[in-house]
Amino acid sequence: MTDERQEPVAPNAQPPAEKATDPSAVDPASPPEGSPRRSGLARTLRGLLLPALALLTAFVVGAFVIVLTDFELLGLWGSDPGAAIGASWSSIVATYGALLRGSIGDPGRLISAIGSMDGDALTSALVPLSETIVSTTPLILTGLSVALAFRVGLFNIGAEGQLYIGSLLAVIVGFSIVGMPWFIHLPLAVGAGFLGGALWGFIPGILKARTGAHEVIVTIMLNYVAYNFITFALRTDLVQREGRSDAISKVVEPTAALVPIFDGLRANWGILIALGAAVAVWWLLFRSTKGFEWRAVGFNPRAARYAGMSISWSIVTSMLIAGGLAGLAGAAVILGGSRTLSPGFSPGYGFDGIVVALVGNTRPLGVVAAAFLFGALRAGATPMQAATGTPLDLVVIIQALVILFIAAPSLVRAIYRIRTERTTGTEVFAKGWGS
Amino acid sequence: MKLELRGITKRFPGVVANDGIDLVVQPGEILGLLGENGAGKSTLMNVLYGLYAPDEGEILIDGNPVRFNGPGEAIAAGIGMVHQHFMLVPVFTVTENIMLGVEDTNGPLRVLDRQAARARIVDISERHGLRVDPDAMVEDLPVGVRQRVEILKTLYRSSNVLILDEPSSVLTPQETDELVAVMRSLVEGGTSIVFITHKLNEVLAVADRITVLRRGRVVGTTTPAETSREELATMMVGREVDLVVDKTPANPGEPVLALKDLLVRDDRGHPAVSGLNLTVRAGEIVAIAGVHGNGQSELVQAITGLRDVDQGEVRINGQVFENDAREVYRAGVAHVPEDRTEDGLIADFTVADNMVLTSYWRPPFSSGLRLNGDAIVEAATRLVKEFDVRTPSIFVPVGNLSGGNQQKVIAAREFSRPLELIVAAQPTRGLDVGSIEYIHGRIVQKRDEGAAVLIVSTELEEVLALGDRIAVMFQGRIVDILDPPEATLERLGLLMGGTRPEEVMPDEAVETPAATAAGDR
Repeated sequence: MTDERQEPVAPNAQPPAEKATDPSAVDPASPPEGSPRRSGLARTLRGLLLPALALLTAFVVGAFVIVLTDFELLGLWGSDPGAAIGASWSSIVATYGALLRGSIGDPGRLISAIGSMDGDALTSALVPLSETIVSTTPLILTGLSVALAFRVGLFNIGAEGQLYIGSLLAVIVGFSIVGMPWFIHLPLAVGAGFLGGALWGFIPGILKARTGAHEVIVTIMLNYVAYNFITFALRTDLVQREGRSDAISKVVEPTAALVPIFDGLRANWGILIALGAAVAVWWLLFRSTKGFEWRAVGFNPRAARYAGMSISWSIVTSMLIAGGLAGLAGAAVILGGSRTLSPGFSPGYGFDGIVVALVGNTRPLGVVAAAFLFGALRAGATPMQAATGTPLDLVVIIQALVILFIAAPSLVRAIYRIRTERTTGTEVFAKGWGS
Repeated sequence: MKLELRGITKRFPGVVANDGIDLVVQPGEILGLLGENGAGKSTLMNVLYGLYAPDEGEILIDGNPVRFNGPGEAIAAGIGMVHQHFMLVPVFTVTENIMLGVEDTNGPLRVLDRQAARARIVDISERHGLRVDPDAMVEDLPVGVRQRVEILKTLYRSSNVLILDEPSSVLTPQETDELVAVMRSLVEGGTSIVFITHKLNEVLAVADRITVLRRGRVVGTTTPAETSREELATMMVGREVDLVVDKTPANPGEPVLALKDLLVRDDRGHPAVSGLNLTVRAGEIVAIAGVHGNGQSELVQAITGLRDVDQGEVRINGQVFENDAREVYRAGVAHVPEDRTEDGLIADFTVADNMVLTSYWRPPFSSGLRLNGDAIVEAATRLVKEFDVRTPSIFVPVGNLSGGNQQKVIAAREFSRPLELIVAAQPTRGLDVGSIEYIHGRIVQKRDEGAAVLIVSTELEEVLALGDRIAVMFQGRIVDILDPPEATLERLGLLMGGTRPEEVMPDEAVETPAATAAGDR
C-alpha cells in the first residue's frame, strides 16, 4: 500500500534468467540520486505521456481516414491537388470541431452564455458536456469493475451481465416501493443494483474458487443468461408494465430517481456515484488489507498463499465487489435515465468497460479519465454526423485506434523515439488465460 | 582453440556490468571463473555466447577478432554453453534432444536420420566417458545424467570451448566427482572449459587457473597451488570473510517440532514424504541433507501449513494445525521458503510491503480493514537498517534487489519477532559468500535465543556448517541422523544417494524405527 502506482505485470512476461543477470539490479554501493521517492506529480505526468501520445496518434490517423473516405475530395486530388489540400484540411477541422462541440461544447457559446447570465443559453451550451457525463457514468463503473478484478488476476468479461441483473433489481425496488422519502428509497434502489451485480459476480467467483472453472468462460456465458433472464422477467406480471405486451418494466417511482443536477440537462447525480465508487475502489485496493491481499494474489498467488492469504476468498470477494460495481452501472443508467427497463438498453457498457480498464491502466483515476474520453467520443459522434455528414463509424475507428496504440506502447515509443524506461504493464492482458 | 577476451565492457542503464575485462582461456585448460552474484560472470558469458553485444572490447579466437550476433554464431565458432537450468525437452529421447536444431535428414522429404545421430552420440560419449543411454526419455533421467546430455549437446555441435554455468549446484557429491572426471577427459582431448562457480572448494579442486571477478572487474587470476579458500573468499567479497560458522555447541531444550509417521503427497498425488519421523528441540539446529526432489519441499510445506498432511501428524509445541499457514505463523513459526522469488516475495511489491507480507493483518500494521501505512513504513525503515538490506529506498520493487538482499528482506520479515521454530529451506541458495555469512549468523543467533531450527539444504557445506544434528533424507524418509563429527562428506553422499554404508547399522534398523530413535534422542 505504500505505492499505489505499481502496475500489474504478468509474472511470466520476463524470462526468469533475466532476473539473475538483471543489469539494472540495484547496486548496493551507490545510493540513488535525489529523493528516494520520486515525486508523485512527475510520475503521474510520465504515466500520462504514452496515453496522450496514443490519443494524438489516433486522431492523426483518424484525419487520414476522414480524407480518404471523402470521395469528392479524392476526385479533387486528381484535378487540383492544391485545392485538395485546402479542402482536406478544412474537412478535418470541421469534423473534429463538430466532435468537440458535440462532446464538450462550443467554447464561444459557453463564454457568451456565461457573460450574458442567460440561464437558458447556458443550459443549451452545456448540453454537450451533460451528454458526455451521461455516457461517462456507466463506463466508469464497468471500467472499475473490470480493473478491480484484473488486479486480482481475474478477467471479468461479465460486467455486461452483472449490469443487467443490477438494473433489474434496481428497477424492481424502484417501482415496487411507493410513498417512501427519496433519501431512503434511492439508496435502497441503488443498493439493490449493487446487490444484483454482486450476485452475478459471485457466481463465477465461487465457481473459480471451488472448482477452478475459468472465469472468462463462466462470465461470458452468464452474460447470455442475464440478458435472456431479463427478457423473460420483463414479461412476468411482477415486472411488466400494465397494459403492455412488449418486454418493458413498470416505471420507477420518482423517489428512486437519480435526478438531473441542473434542470433541463440530462446529466444526473449518477456521476457522483461513479466518482465515489472510483475513490472507494482506490482506497480498497491501495489502503486496505483486503486490497493488499487482492493485489498480492494478482501478482503472485504462490507467495500470497505462503503469506497465509486465502486465494479462494480473495477471488470470491473481489468478484463480488467487481460485480457490484457493474450492477451500480446498470442502476445508474436506469434510475438516472428512462427509469424503465427494456432489453438491450445497454449499448455494450460492460464490454466497453474492459477497454476502459485497459486504457486506464487498471488504476481508478486512469479508469475515470478513460471513461470520460470514451464517453465524450460517444456523446460527440451523433452531433458530428449531423453537422458534417461524417459517418458515426469514424468515432468507432478512432476509439479502436486509441486502444490499438495504447495496447502497443512500443509502437508509440518507436514513433516518437521515446526511450524505454522500464517494461510497463501494458502487455498485461496476456496474463491469466489458461491459468 | 585459444579464446581471448580483451577489454570487454558492457553497460546497462545505471550499471557497468563488465568493466574492461581481460580473460584468456588456453587450449586444454579449465579456467575457474569465480565471483559473487552480480559480479558480472553471467553477463560476461552472455557476451561470449553472443547474447549481448559488448559496448567495448573484442573477442579473439586463436588471435583473430570475431563478432557474434547471437548464440548461433557463437556455436558455429565452437563455443558451447551448459546453462544452470537445463534446456531439454522432457518428452524427447536423449538422441532427439541432442540433434534438436542440427537435425540430420534423409531424402527429399527430409526425414530425421536418428540412426546417424545416434551413432555419433554413442561415439562421442564413449570417447569422453559420458555414459548415457541415447534412447532414454529425458524425463526419466536423473539430474546428473541430464547434465551429461547437455554436455553431449555441445560436443555434438563440435564445441572447443565449453562454458559450464554453476554445474554442480544440482548434483550429489558423487555426481560431482563424475562430472569432474568428464571435465578432465574433455580437457585431455584439447577442449577448453570455463567453469563458473561460487563454490571455493570446487574451483580449487578442478581448475587449472582461477580468475576472480568483483563488481564487473577482474580482481585477479591465480592458480589453486598459489591460493587458498580464505584468500579467494577475500578476493571475491573484497574483505575478510569468516568461512566457518561461529557457533557454540547446542543446548537443546524441550521438543518444539514433532513429526510422526508423516505421509505427504506431491501435486500429482504420489507420496513424497512417507513414514517420516523427526523431532526438533528448542535451541538446536537440525539440518536435513538430501538431493533435491526427495520430498524435502513437501515436508517443509506440510510443516508450515501449505500442504495437507495425509497421514501421521505435525505437532508444533504439541499443537496440530491443519493446512493453515496463518495459524502456523501465529504459533511463532518462521518460514524461509525454498524459492524466494516464487514463494517468499512479491517482486512487484515494494520492499516495505514485502516486509509485512506475512504480518500486514495484525496491529500495528492494520486496524480492521485499514492498512496503517505509517506503521509499515516505520517498521520497514527499521528492518532495512537492522538487517543491512542494501536498497536505494524502501519504496522500490523488491524484484529490483539482488538475490542476497532479497533474502535479507525475507530474513528481516521472518526473524524480527519472537519465534518458537524456524523452518528454512535452501536459506542461502544462490547467495554470495558475504550474504551466506550473514544469514547463517542470524540463524545461529535465533537458535541461541531458544528457537528450534530446521534447515533443509542440498548444499552439504551448509548442512555441515549449521547442523547440530544432520538428518539425511532419501525418497521421503529420514534414512539416518548423524552428529557432525561422524558426518563425513563421503558418508553423507552415500546416504543421500540411497546407499547405506554396511557398517552403520544392521539392516532391519534401516527403516523408520531407527530414525525415530535417533530423532527422539
